[in-house]
Amino acid sequence: MTSTRSATLFAFALLAPALIYILTIVAYPLFDTIVLSFTNASLRQEYDFVGWANYQRIFTAGNFTEVIIRTFVWTFFSVSMKMIIGMCGAVLLNAAIPGQTLFRILTMPPWIVPMAIGIYMWAWMYNGQFGMISGLLENMGLTSGPIAFLAYGHTAFWATIVTDVWIGVPMVTIYFLAAMQSIPRDLYEAAWTDGAGRFYRFRRITMPLMVPAIITMSLLSLIATFNSFDIIWILTQGGPSGSTTTMIIDTYKTAMGSRKYGEGAARAVVISIFVIIFCITYFRAVRKLQQGEAK
Amino acid sequence: MTDVARSTEIAAADSPATVKPKTKVRSAKPMIDRYKWYEIAALYAGIAVFLFFVLAPFIEGFLVSLKPLAQLFSRPYSFIPRVWSFEAYVSMWTSVPALGLHIFNSFFISSVVTLIVIAVVVPAAYAFARFNFTGAGLLLAGFLAVNMFSGAVLLIPLFRLMRAMGLLNTYWAMIVPGAAFLIPSSIWLLRTYMLRIPRELDEAAWVDGASRLYTLRRVILPLAMPGIVVVAIMTFIGAYAQQFIFALTFNSKTEFMPLPIGLFAFFGKQEVIWNELMAASFVGILPVMIVIVFLQRYLVAGLTAGAVKQ
Repeated sequence: MTSTRSATLFAFALLAPALIYILTIVAYPLFDTIVLSFTNASLRQEYDFVGWANYQRIFTAGNFTEVIIRTFVWTFFSVSMKMIIGMCGAVLLNAAIPGQTLFRILTMPPWIVPMAIGIYMWAWMYNGQFGMISGLLENMGLTSGPIAFLAYGHTAFWATIVTDVWIGVPMVTIYFLAAMQSIPRDLYEAAWTDGAGRFYRFRRITMPLMVPAIITMSLLSLIATFNSFDIIWILTQGGPSGSTTTMIIDTYKTAMGSRKYGEGAARAVVISIFVIIFCITYFRAVRKLQQGEAK
Repeated sequence: MTDVARSTEIAAADSPATVKPKTKVRSAKPMIDRYKWYEIAALYAGIAVFLFFVLAPFIEGFLVSLKPLAQLFSRPYSFIPRVWSFEAYVSMWTSVPALGLHIFNSFFISSVVTLIVIAVVVPAAYAFARFNFTGAGLLLAGFLAVNMFSGAVLLIPLFRLMRAMGLLNTYWAMIVPGAAFLIPSSIWLLRTYMLRIPRELDEAAWVDGASRLYTLRRVILPLAMPGIVVVAIMTFIGAYAQQFIFALTFNSKTEFMPLPIGLFAFFGKQEVIWNELMAASFVGILPVMIVIVFLQRYLVAGLTAGAVKQ
């Protein structure tokens, strides 16, 4: 097309609505978070700048480091379980057997149902007195009495992870399944003609060609899981005694619970720094994968 | 329909890069797809375990909605209701009078979010797909980075912003931030789709003297329609599935609450009315679920376009 300047102008005119929207609703708040983190803002309208005081407070007093470590452990287990179960699911759903389409549809509900509703169902299943999990374990004779999963630190920690995995698995499964189906069939047929068994084909064809999809999905899943709020908030609100308090929950409690906007913003800034690091890793990985593909 | 034909159909909606298996199958199945009986048994067993994990909460939730409260709060536990009762489905409308409104609100908020996102995203995606202006790559990366931030991190300034704009306790307090976090991924998705529309079409229109806007409206839009439909469905589901944190924080008026927050009304002072809570959940999501089942093909396409093989 002709004249690049008018083309550029037109492009920016097309972009303007999206750009303005994102600048107002995402970029400005991000900037505001950084500003607020240096103030003692609270419910009152006016506030003063306090320098690094908020950062000093969160890193010296309290258990912020513990919260950070807990967040990473929680995220690590959740993401790896999502990847493993998602891969198993994709392999199973990829098999050419009757019922394939139905099974694929049945995989989707946790992803498309309002998250909160799925979590309410889990909240009932974890119920100590009358819940399904405790009840079934007891009926099978595996435990001698009811277990209140959400009432003890370590069980609550794992219970929230399991629910997070449950919500994440459908998306990972469908994504892996699609990646599997985009592998050229000739490769399998050639290997099959040479007498390669099913397991061998999986290990030597499927897995290597799935690496890009696995890396992309793990990083996306890492970021989503790191930011996970609804699950923990509904199930435990970060309790009992802080054992499921991740950084997001911690920030929410400081900001919305105690109305300490300044200190909450400082905590949000720390989260943002981690998110930015993940982001850069993601972009680098994607670029590398694309270069690898071009070769 | 054979399985091959079915997978071709999914692949066709997915991407042209996908190799379509030729339907040269004369016998029911190609040799490579034949399984021994124990392999079939193992596959079905595996799928059963997998689907049990995925669906157990829904099965349990449904059975809970059929149990009278007294039975729910009794021990020992029984999975199958001892007495079947549909009472919860009747009584829930009186225990939470605004229930119908909550169901509507959920649907309404997601619909408006979808409309906003589509209106903003279609021109932006076209700009990224067609114009190599300076800073395009950086800008696109910037949009994608927005995707990585969740609303929860930005809650404090968003709260202040909503308050300053006077949007607290209105529908807009949930719609405006909700749409913002869905825009970036939609741009990415639609851009990928538009990249596949041959550039020659634009150029032909240009040569014929069509203006840029006319080209977008009359040439690109009709061709991009399937892609726009996928983006609209993905956006709707995103908006529908994730309504929680903004509704929890930015709105306290019952009449504007979407279903996930409205269901809090079943959490009484003494005990939670679990059977009615579950019944209300199922009734509330049923219409949307039915529609989505019919559209599942687009979901697969939406999730994978631009991500797997671009």
